[in-house]
Amino acid sequence: MDWLFYIAGVVAVGATLMMLTRQNAVHALLYLIVSLLAVAVVFFVLGAPFAAALEVIIYAGAIMVLFIFVVMLLNVGPRAGELESAWLTPTVWAGPAVLAAILAGEIVYILSSPGLGIEPAAEIPPERVGLALYGPYLVAVELASMLLLGGLVGAYHLGREDRVRLETATHGVHTDVAGSDSGGDLVRAGSDRTAGAA
Amino acid sequence: MIGLLVRRNLLFILMSLEVMVNAAGLAFVVAGASHGQADGQVMFIFILAVAAAEVAVGLALVLLLYHRYRTLDVDMASQLRG
Repeated sequence: MDWLFYIAGVVAVGATLMMLTRQNAVHALLYLIVSLLAVAVVFFVLGAPFAAALEVIIYAGAIMVLFIFVVMLLNVGPRAGELESAWLTPTVWAGPAVLAAILAGEIVYILSSPGLGIEPAAEIPPERVGLALYGPYLVAVELASMLLLGGLVGAYHLGREDRVRLETATHGVHTDVAGSDSGGDLVRAGSDRTAGAA
Repeated sequence: MIGLLVRRNLLFILMSLEVMVNAAGLAFVVAGASHGQADGQVMFIFILAVAAAEVAVGLALVLLLYHRYRTLDVDMASQLRG
């Protein structure tokens, strides 16, 4: 069905444009999630149900939750509660809610009319994706696992360095007043820490 | 891409990066669907892995930058000298 594709595409483009023009990060995240859901619907209509499921689970689920965690971490404090209530006024979530309702209507229409959404000949089932993934692309899968391990170690290292900086700041041996000196120097941070521990 | 060029907030820059990566994945899936091959979705899975690794490291860097400069303006981070 072509019009399902067009509606989802228009929703995706509109939500992305709204995301780009928001001032507030949480509002932009709401529109970005709607945009990713719309792209998932586009995938489904195109005959790629496995990619659609991955888009919803990993992109709109995991990665967006990471973003929301960071936004909430950046706003800790006594004003966080009133900020949160100010962020979620009905005028804010009305736009994403309308767009998401359009997508939900499309999904309900697809599910309620079997065989209407995509023609079976054009659909690429997950079995073929899995066979290709662990057949000719086996080396690439291993490389992707190496990349994820690198990302894990990198994120852990950055977070750990942050904790060392906070420890030195609370112990009073931190000289990073203007925030522009070499406080991020790994060697110095480590030596500070070991010196403080000793 | 416009978001990457226009916005100066680091969080918005990362979100725009996600949109761009997502667009690349969409192009792969559309190409795979038009040829009837599964390779497009395989490449989409790899793009997903790359995006996950990128966003983990990027958000850790955002937290570091915020703790150091108390802002998310990337112009404040124009002096990278250790």
